Amino acid sequence: MKLKLRIWRQAGPNATGKLVDYDIDGVSEDMSFLEMLDLLNENLTNVNEEPVAFDHDCREGICGMCGVVVNGIAHGGSSTTVCQLHMRSFADGATIEIEPWQAGAFPVLKDLAVDRSAFDRIIQAGGFISSNTGSAPDAHAMPAPKREADVAFDNATCIGCGACVAACPNSSAMLFTAAKITHLAMLPQGQPERYSRVKSMVAAHDEEGFGNCTNIGECAAVCPKGIPLESIAQLNRDLIKSMFTKDGK
Amino acid sequence: MRSTVVKKVIMAVTGLIMIAFLLMHMYGNLKMFAGEEAFDHYAHWLKGDILYPIVPQGWFIWIFRTGLLAALVLHIWSAASLSMRTLAVRGPGYDKFKPQAQTYSARTMRWGGILVGLFIVFHLLQFTVKVLRTGFDANAGPYEMFVLSFSTWWVFAFYAVLMVLICMHVRHGFWSAFQTLGLNSSAKSQRWLNLLGIGVGVVLYVGFMLPPVAVLIGWVN
Ligand code: HEM
Ligand code: SF4
Ligand code: FES
Repeated sequence: MKLKLRIWRQAGPNATGKLVDYDIDGVSEDMSFLEMLDLLNENLTNVNEEPVAFDHDCREGICGMCGVVVNGIAHGGSSTTVCQLHMRSFADGATIEIEPWQAGAFPVLKDLAVDRSAFDRIIQAGGFISSNTGSAPDAHAMPAPKREADVAFDNATCIGCGACVAACPNSSAMLFTAAKITHLAMLPQGQPERYSRVKSMVAAHDEEGFGNCTNIGECAAVCPKGIPLESIAQLNRDLIKSMFTKDGK
Repeated sequence: MRSTVVKKVIMAVTGLIMIAFLLMHMYGNLKMFAGEEAFDHYAHWLKGDILYPIVPQGWFIWIFRTGLLAALVLHIWSAASLSMRTLAVRGPGYDKFKPQAQTYSARTMRWGGILVGLFIVFHLLQFTVKVLRTGFDANAGPYEMFVLSFSTWWVFAFYAVLMVLICMHVRHGFWSAFQTLGLNSSAKSQRWLNLLGIGVGVVLYVGFMLPPVAVLIGWVN
């Protein structure tokens, strides 16, 4: 396959970036999107140009490191991550525009790589449970109802890729935060800190400079793990309850 | 607590109060069809006898207006303060962006809201303060005012367009408010509240526009 690429190039956090056009030939349909970028980078290195920086790690759709906006859609409309998007989804000769995640709270580090450490700080604010040290408890010692366990599991699949923020016209990270809140709120192990957790995680969310949610739904539409808007309603519900409930009551 | 979610809750509650008011207002306007006397009597009753003798005559309307005004002010305050913050922190905008889910109403909440606000000002100047008189004179009764205004084509057209904006704001707002209040937390409630939101929007449009249409085509005069 032969393709035309338009890629956002930015030398560093404070540099001004711009879209640059590249032609690429010899792309196989079986390549993943990231392998296509690898090929471009080999070509660029051969002619002594700076390769395009982009984030990646597992390349299996499970770590959450990769993520770019492809032709205006976070993760390229693949319903998975960009590392699992294959070149057969594109027509030969197509033009592909590639931009980094955009949000005030996700500054560009270089080219397509952005700093998502704001997510880590939201997690640190409350995405944990307290447990006693000592010998491991029996696996089935604490029963969890089936429905709640399923919801918890679905929400636990969030890989923290940031596509929800990238797609949101408000640059809000409510879907990510809601996935973490809902995951822990559904399980018995999450109960002791349930209401203080939601308060501190939402406070951290706001403090990191993410926008407020206006229930538009772009986030859920691009989430590679199918986290639904219902999770945001669950977060809102817990936050409202936290105004009247203290943990442990 | 000053989180964005708390401000959203204020916006949701005040928005729902105003939607409830709109439904009542619509019902009241439909009284048109019962004739001039019934309509004027209703309008008079609103301003005079409700809750009398619990409160003195004529007090109710002012208590009611104060409540609505408070809802409107709080709604605009939370909308403005959230919007200004978000517009300042969001990304600069993609060269290319393909929306995947957003509805037209969801996307126009901010601009739409501002237009709705300006409409409210116009509407009050027209029918409550009566300084913008559209074809009626200062001592016209409510029914007369209504008929004379909507026999003018541009008044009709203006309302027909602005009501679309209001109903779009209400459609997304209704659904969004329940999301904000935490009631959409299952796939089933999402679906039902979405349908209900569309229903409220359509009912409001049809209900509000019926009397003006009747006036315009000369069915009511
Ligand atoms: C001065 C006029 C108004 C302005 C400037 C305004 C502005 C806004 C804005 C910016 C939003 C947030 C958008 C979002 O979260 O999706 C909103 C939401 C909403 N508005 Fe308005 N609005 C106005 C009047 C009204 C009126 C008259 C009603 C009711 C009849 C109403 C009902 C709602 C509802 C129910 C919401 C949803 C709250 C939520 O998202 O939780 N608004 N408004
Ligand atoms: S909610 Fe979905 S889109 Fe957002 S960070 Fe988690 S996996 Fe990525
Ligand atoms: S590289 Fe791990 S999810 Fe894409």
